Amino acid sequence: MIPSATLFGLAGAALVGIGLYGFLAHAHLLRRLLSFNVLGSGVFLMFGAAAWRSPWIGADAVPHALIITGIVVKLAGSALAIALLVQLARATRRAALPEDEGRPP
Amino acid sequence: MIGTALDLVVVALLVAAALAAVGARGLFAGVVFFVGYGVFVAIAWLRLDAIDVALAEAAIGAGLTGVLLLGAVGHLTRAGAGAPPRRPAIPLALACAGISVMLGWAVLSLPDAPGLQAPVAAALPGSGSTNPVTSVLLNFRAFDTLLESIVLLAVLVGVWALAPDAAWGGRPGLVQRVRPDGVLAGFGRLLPPLGLLVGVYLVWAGTKQPGGAFQGGTVLAAVWLLASMAGVARAPRVTSLILRAALVAGPVLFLAVGMAGALGGSFLGLRPDWAAALVLTIEVGLTLSIASALALLVLGPPERPA
Amino acid sequence: MTTLLLSLPVALPLLAALLAVAASRQAAGLAMATGFLVLGLSVWLAFEVAAAGPITIALGGWEAPLGIVLRADGLGAGFLVVSAMVMAVVLVAAQPSFEDQGQESRAGFAFWPLALLLFAGLNTAFLSRDLFNLFVALELLTLSAIALVAIEGKAGSVTAALRYMVFALLGSVLFLLGAALAYAAHATLDIGLLAQVELGWPMAAALALMTMGLAIKTALFPFHAWLPPAHAGAPAPASAMLSALVPKASFVILLRLWFDLAPELASPLLLAVLGGLGAVAVIHGSLLAIGQDRLKLIIAYSTVAQLGYLFLVFPLAGGAGGAQPWSAGAWTAASFHAFAHMLAKAAMFLAAGLFLRAVGHDRLEGLRGLARAMPIACFAFGLSAISLMGLPLSGGFTAKYLLLTSAFASGQWGWGLVLVAGGLLAAIYLFRPLNLMFSKEGAAASLTPVPRWEQVLPLLLALAAVLLGLFSAGPFAFLQIGRPGAAAEGLLP
Repeated sequence: MIPSATLFGLAGAALVGIGLYGFLAHAHLLRRLLSFNVLGSGVFLMFGAAAWRSPWIGADAVPHALIITGIVVKLAGSALAIALLVQLARATRRAALPEDEGRPP
Repeated sequence: MIGTALDLVVVALLVAAALAAVGARGLFAGVVFFVGYGVFVAIAWLRLDAIDVALAEAAIGAGLTGVLLLGAVGHLTRAGAGAPPRRPAIPLALACAGISVMLGWAVLSLPDAPGLQAPVAAALPGSGSTNPVTSVLLNFRAFDTLLESIVLLAVLVGVWALAPDAAWGGRPGLVQRVRPDGVLAGFGRLLPPLGLLVGVYLVWAGTKQPGGAFQGGTVLAAVWLLASMAGVARAPRVTSLILRAALVAGPVLFLAVGMAGALGGSFLGLRPDWAAALVLTIEVGLTLSIASALALLVLGPPERPA
Repeated sequence: MTTLLLSLPVALPLLAALLAVAASRQAAGLAMATGFLVLGLSVWLAFEVAAAGPITIALGGWEAPLGIVLRADGLGAGFLVVSAMVMAVVLVAAQPSFEDQGQESRAGFAFWPLALLLFAGLNTAFLSRDLFNLFVALELLTLSAIALVAIEGKAGSVTAALRYMVFALLGSVLFLLGAALAYAAHATLDIGLLAQVELGWPMAAALALMTMGLAIKTALFPFHAWLPPAHAGAPAPASAMLSALVPKASFVILLRLWFDLAPELASPLLLAVLGGLGAVAVIHGSLLAIGQDRLKLIIAYSTVAQLGYLFLVFPLAGGAGGAQPWSAGAWTAASFHAFAHMLAKAAMFLAAGLFLRAVGHDRLEGLRGLARAMPIACFAFGLSAISLMGLPLSGGFTAKYLLLTSAFASGQWGWGLVLVAGGLLAAIYLFRPLNLMFSKEGAAASLTPVPRWEQVLPLLLALAAVLLGLFSAGPFAFLQIGRPGAAAEGLLP
């Protein structure tokens, strides 16, 4: 039987790759932001899995607290990014950075 | 064995949902997959016995972020803003897969090391809470939590700063028009009392069981949003003094307790005999501020002239 | 008392920011008072550190690894003092643009809390010893900074803010991943505790990730594309904070990682790469600055170049070289360079803001003959240019001189060439605006008058940048306090 922590740690590693790809490959800023959130939760899962390597003494509360803080901070960044993106879309009718669309920055 | 099988199913769903969210053809579909993905992440946290994190992930990571993303899809569509699709970049995909493999290898080969379970358990009595996660957040690492609650406020100020000058002093967001006998209005009257109960319970329970200011605050924010969407409650003007006071009350209270501690010799220190009361007080204050900040972040900057 | 001295530089800006949200009428006054109060406290703290050595406090009474530790050493206290100096002046300079008369306005409301939160995040980054706490502090700092970039709401500045955001998000997630790895391997996030344990591959990987994240946040080449449009697009007081202060936070953390936490893991290759990227940044940033025809863009590209110099400290003082006699010089030089740049760059952006207001635009030809109409501001610009070029007697000169001597003493001549070339290039990109400003012909006819007291503010900072070079002995000794490896070196015969 494989410990849950190992499985979810590996899943976290996969999610980091998936999120990073989306973040770097997309031009659309909302897609990049969505990918960033996948990337972030992958990092948190890896961190959480690392907190579980000593099953005989139970889960470690410190990483859990740090992850909750991280989730809130990630939301804060996303919220500001979305507000900026909406503003950009209204002003320029574009949802990407100019250099990602082959326009001069 | 059954546990492992269950884990494998959750992992498969997680990865599939992530791929679908990142690779979806349509923007809206991508966001829908993302919300589903967030639910699977929350389930993963449950499997890891991290109920506090599961609650936070479900409420904030999936729920609130999903709502923000959905709102953005609406705004972008109305503005007619798009971006060119990217062709699949094979070298980049290979590089990212390589990074995943390296990280996976790291997960497998990290040497076994105990965490801070023992010091946390030893310090738990007198920390003001019997839920170790709450003790870490509000006592042992209170500074992180203080800064984090203020990060939300910083971002809200930044979002408001994007309002048109003429709209300053107005109410946040676009005006919702709801038929008073519609379904939304009905829900808007029915759900808030229930949500209020859940939110308050989460905060109160957080000192003993999983829950706390961030999770409870998110539920309360959802209640307010629902009520405001249903036209039951109107968002106050951004210049409203009561609103501003609610936004800063929690962090101010937290900081005041911290400064009082500093006068006694340790910044953010809680006296063990008062810790329980102080933790609960700070939690209540933070919940109020977090709920207001989160709801206002979803509503966005004021857009109509005051 | 030490508890208050260490916690107030963080707590006061936080409190003032919260009050500024609630009572925005008093925000400008509150912010300015906070700037000077924190400056006073930082100077006091610096004297305590000079007298008694590094000061450490455990927040909430919880020692690491359970709790978070703040520590003021020479480096931290030095950065605290200089950034408080810059902040105090910049907040006063922002008052005419952002203080609301009568009714509250959008920008008048938003500027003050954002500036104060940036201040709090900065001071936390200089003092905190906890990797995760540093992550949160950097987020507070960066998100406030991004919001300030967008505060004018124009399409250009919103684009710049979004580009900044894209880089910043990547930088912070890399740093977080590194911190998580460090915790997973050693069950602590405290730099001091991590420095004492034997570190293996997990920590090497963690450091690599954190270094990449911090390099992105410090706009090190090739991650610099976000910086010039963001810094040039913000209103002048915000530009001054963004360019002078914000990148220094991530740089100080980089110093702590490679000199304090794990000097033994700093391989010669890594040090050479960091130094090499810095060198490319010096040349590349300067060449791009030469090509600009807007004053604020020239100043912003100059920041890319000036930040590059800071990374020369890694090959000159890092790794095994840390115990060499020249390393003290290089270590101090990097901090000196950062201080001189903080003061001079803030002065330049404040002066540029005044020129912009007087002329109405910031294209270079608008500067022609400006020295006759605004002699004080032009003099301030000239003085800070002297420090940026590294001309003798200025703070920038002392820094470059120290870097040069350690480059020669350590036999690494190549870095010396970069220093000389960078100085020449700086002279070229700063010559055009200076030449126009002080030219005899062509007076701008219809200038908006700028009060004299506003022109004095950049002059104060520029003078400080020059005086730093004249009185460098005190700061030199001060920066060695708590320097890792310095004690052992001092004991050697």
